[in-house]
Amino acid sequence: MRTPTRAAGTSTRRAGWGTYTLLALFSLVSLFPLLWTAVAASRTSTRLAATPPPFRLGRNLPRNLTIAWTDARLGEALANTALVAGAVAAGTVAFSTLAGFAFAKLRFRFKSALLLLVAGTMLIPPQLGVVPLYLLIARLRWTDELQAVVLPSLVSAFGVFFMRQHLQRALPSELLEAARVDGAGTVRTLWHVVLPAARPAMAVLAMLSFVAAWNDFFWPVLALTQTGNPTVQVALTGLGRGYVPDQSVVMAGALLGTLPLLVVLAVFGRHIVGGVMRGAVKGWVKG
Amino acid sequence: MTETRAATEAPAPANPVRPAGPLPPARATRARTRFSPAPYLLLAPFLLLFAAFGLFPLLATAWASLHRVELTAPGQAEWVGLRNYSRLLDDAFFWNALLNTVTIGVLATVPQLLLALGVAQLLDVRLRARGVFRVVALAPYATSVAAATLVFALFFGRDHGMANWLLGTVGFGPVDWQNGPWASRLAVASIVVWRWTGYNALIYLAAMQTVPRELYEAAALDGASRWRQFLHVTLPGLRPALAFTGLVSTIGAVQLFGEPLLYGSGAGASGGADHQFQTLGLYLYEQGWVNLHLGRAAAIAWAMLLILVVAFALVRLLRLLLLPRPKRSGRAA
Repeated sequence: MRTPTRAAGTSTRRAGWGTYTLLALFSLVSLFPLLWTAVAASRTSTRLAATPPPFRLGRNLPRNLTIAWTDARLGEALANTALVAGAVAAGTVAFSTLAGFAFAKLRFRFKSALLLLVAGTMLIPPQLGVVPLYLLIARLRWTDELQAVVLPSLVSAFGVFFMRQHLQRALPSELLEAARVDGAGTVRTLWHVVLPAARPAMAVLAMLSFVAAWNDFFWPVLALTQTGNPTVQVALTGLGRGYVPDQSVVMAGALLGTLPLLVVLAVFGRHIVGGVMRGAVKGWVKG
Repeated sequence: MTETRAATEAPAPANPVRPAGPLPPARATRARTRFSPAPYLLLAPFLLLFAAFGLFPLLATAWASLHRVELTAPGQAEWVGLRNYSRLLDDAFFWNALLNTVTIGVLATVPQLLLALGVAQLLDVRLRARGVFRVVALAPYATSVAAATLVFALFFGRDHGMANWLLGTVGFGPVDWQNGPWASRLAVASIVVWRWTGYNALIYLAAMQTVPRELYEAAALDGASRWRQFLHVTLPGLRPALAFTGLVSTIGAVQLFGEPLLYGSGAGASGGADHQFQTLGLYLYEQGWVNLHLGRAAAIAWAMLLILVVAFALVRLLRLLLLPRPKRSGRAA
């Protein structure tokens, strides 16, 4: 499938200096808290409390990072988070692709009812499930275990819709028909016809799920404790509540928790931006 | 959906003529009428997880909300009927949390969406370094709630915070961003605005780029100003995107949890010394995981859903009352 190049849709108006000024201002506001996290993480808490506040990098970054890494166990938390986000992304992509393909191209009983059911749950706040979910993992003795965070996140109604929307357009029915006539079974069709067509959307969904799982907050804070197997977000919660009273160390922790995703964003920036824009327009708005 | 169904059916002739040569595999012609397990097998992993971790908890919350369930003995549940709900109605902290959720929600959602519209409009021109601006717009979205809130809490510190220092340099007195009821809600809302404005702007931008440029040219020929073009061409074209972002940010506002939890640092679940920014999400957490009353937490969860349903019903009603019905004919294309 061809998406029209952005240039075709972009206005022909040229940006004037006013546009650049406003966009520069917007960028400054967007980046300032991040830059300032780095500044605060490189100072001492005494310097942070002085007026005027520091604006340039200091010399304490290695010290603060080390304390955050060891005392707040952020190193361990980062490893946990990478594991969780990786597993969630892989699982979400796999299950959403299979289900999305079935919803996009196959006919079966209760299809529309199922689709409606899945869509309906997208509108329901996750808070509505946490009490029984917690009772469930308590009974399984999974509190503080990473699978307690991974398993519920593998279910992504959004992912199923996203893949369905993509496959409906990217996978011509004639191609499936041809594969069937050639005697390809479901597995071979999946592998040789569906997967190649789904790949671009799978990559986008993988990135979006990874970011979402990395930053997930509510459920991990309930299911994991700071002393068990914390994800970065849970460990940061501990930092923020003053288990480590030094503000500059807290900022070093915030920096450590954010930096990996910012690196991902810098490297895959265009694709993630495209994914957010497409995810909304295709998966939802035009659905 | 109906279009695709028609499309898949179309190539199959009503009365298939058997071509010469080897017989086509029976599956090819009969798969349409015969039961095939394939779709269900493809759906099985998703549906099993969905049932276990999506649907079951949803229904079980209703059950839990009618029981007395304590975190200390989660296995024992005692039927209490609607008592968890009636308690909520008598609970001043519940009403306080509801009010806070609505005020912080409005303070966060309205500026966030308006700003996003403006930013999208700025980005929707021929621009140098367009990609850079777009990636920068997403940087706050990639920042976690926890990291963002910790930075903002430091920024809004009462005695040494940068916000008050900035206010001081322009001649204003310090604001108590932690304890002032409105100042603290504004501060919590500002975290939400910061994180989501760029994300929403990109969604609006994507929608803007699907609006045919000829419409603008035609409007310009008719002598419509930029502003009128925005009102009469851009905004109608954005309607689905506006609905989407409105829906998502409303759901987000009702769920608000991480920001007030961490903004209160030491206070944690109470949402400030005076509960001044305790949201429903935080109140649910306090009831369930601090006071250990899981049954009451479940009742709060249902109350949250009810609020969302009422909010959407109100929007629907307003639309029906205020707007003429959109034409349906355009959708077939």
